[in-house]
Amino acid sequence: MRISTVARHFREGFRSIWRNGWMAFATISSIAICLLVLGVFVLIAVNVNHVTNNIEQNIEIRVFLDVGFPPAKVPVVQDQIGSIPGVKYIEFIPKAIGLQRLREQLGEDGKKLLETQKNIPNPIPDAFLVKVYEPRQVEDVANRILLLNEGAEPAPIMKVNYGAKTVRMLFNVIDMIRYIGVVLIVALTVMTMFLIANTIKITIIARRSEISIMKLVGATHNFIRWPFFVEGVLLGALGALIPIVLIVVFYGQLLTYAQNAQDEGNFLYVLLSPGYAFMPWVAFSLVALGQVMGIWGSMLSIRRYLKV
Amino acid sequence: MIELQDVYKTYADGGMALSGITLRIERNEFAYIVGPSGAGKSTLMKLIYREERPSKGTIFVNNFNLAKLSHGKIPYLRRNIGVVFQDFKLLPRMTAYENIAFAMEVIEAPMRVVKRRTAEVLDLVKLTDRANAYPSQLSGGEQQRVAIARAIVNKPLVIVADEPTGNLDPETSWDIMKLLEEINFRGATIVMATHNKEIVNTMRKRVIAIEQGSVVRDELKGEYGYEN
Repeated sequence: MRISTVARHFREGFRSIWRNGWMAFATISSIAICLLVLGVFVLIAVNVNHVTNNIEQNIEIRVFLDVGFPPAKVPVVQDQIGSIPGVKYIEFIPKAIGLQRLREQLGEDGKKLLETQKNIPNPIPDAFLVKVYEPRQVEDVANRILLLNEGAEPAPIMKVNYGAKTVRMLFNVIDMIRYIGVVLIVALTVMTMFLIANTIKITIIARRSEISIMKLVGATHNFIRWPFFVEGVLLGALGALIPIVLIVVFYGQLLTYAQNAQDEGNFLYVLLSPGYAFMPWVAFSLVALGQVMGIWGSMLSIRRYLKV
Repeated sequence: MIELQDVYKTYADGGMALSGITLRIERNEFAYIVGPSGAGKSTLMKLIYREERPSKGTIFVNNFNLAKLSHGKIPYLRRNIGVVFQDFKLLPRMTAYENIAFAMEVIEAPMRVVKRRTAEVLDLVKLTDRANAYPSQLSGGEQQRVAIARAIVNKPLVIVADEPTGNLDPETSWDIMKLLEEINFRGATIVMATHNKEIVNTMRKRVIAIEQGSVVRDELKGEYGYEN
């Protein structure tokens, strides 16, 4: 293809949008609205994911040692637990520190409660804090830790605590939220595509006679197709631009608001995923999706009318 | 130049449009195709620029064998044929200039050649001052002149005109005919289907009459021969 022909296709693509003002407006609007809905939903999904990830990451196992377990053997047990596959982190918490941490956790309110217990010996056993790489492995790892008791004399472990039921339920809820999210996003995308295909089809039906005239003059299929392709790319890009701007501005405002509200004890900010992490990704996806819709829509519709 | 050998055309609905047409139109000839409505004139034209395919028989146009022409090659055949219609068939969203230039862009002519040649044919059809008007802003005669300019801009060997004066008043029709004669004089072969008795009888060119899908008369310097 000659360079002047390439330039011609781009010129015609741009010009066609300009001259079909209202049709272009309708197409861009429908792409924009669909992508906006999709974008807002992705925003919600990303934040739900962010929150659930946080919860997942905070899941930890507490291994309480038997009260009479000799302190000299503690490092051996620590090594044993540390070598279980999937264990990311292990920390020994002697009873004194355990009590101190409990105090800190209970804060001012708990102080009084602890005061009353001042004279009895420290009731908290020595413990390990264990973290795993993959939150879903927590149950498996906990069971393996318990297995250390078998054949060991004296048995080191009194109790392994990871909130078994709570964790299992939490995972179920998280899974459900994610599945619903995926299904909704897929459904929305498909719906959007149909909407856009329809809009573009109407545009092209209006041009059916134009296409047949071009063919009478000796235009090849590719020659006819190129400007429509350029037009599809442009419509998709313009259609994606609007929701991207809206979403970035809106989310930025939301983050600013949440940050300010933080001082007043509102912890929304902690829950929100920081925008810089996923915004480029969302923007890129919307542009890509807009392109796919624009190009696919215009190509699909033009194919039928090329058989003149 | 154009050669039909025992050509039949039956449409999908079973209607017989042409039955056994054998015809030869030489280079630089000017031939009228006449006959009653529904006789098969338009079908004959469509076969020449390969809008339709013959059901039987062979057609040669500029050494293209149309019966064997693949779909992908049709555009290249059409670049050798200029077509003019009763309803002009201009691209509504392009100006007069752009409509004409389009036919040259299609063959990927260099930009400066497009500019020069388009200006040339605009001058030939006397529309230089209307170059930037859209078809909807032009009169019927002006639109047909743009269509003719588009048909000749690539200097095709054959011009196929299907009732080019059908929508025009008598005076404008004569302008169009003078233009076609001029183009014929410059070397193009012209095949024109028409119902215009006055034009045919005045110009005295070859007349091919078709009735019910068959050639019933073929005369050099012929007459229209029907009462409209």
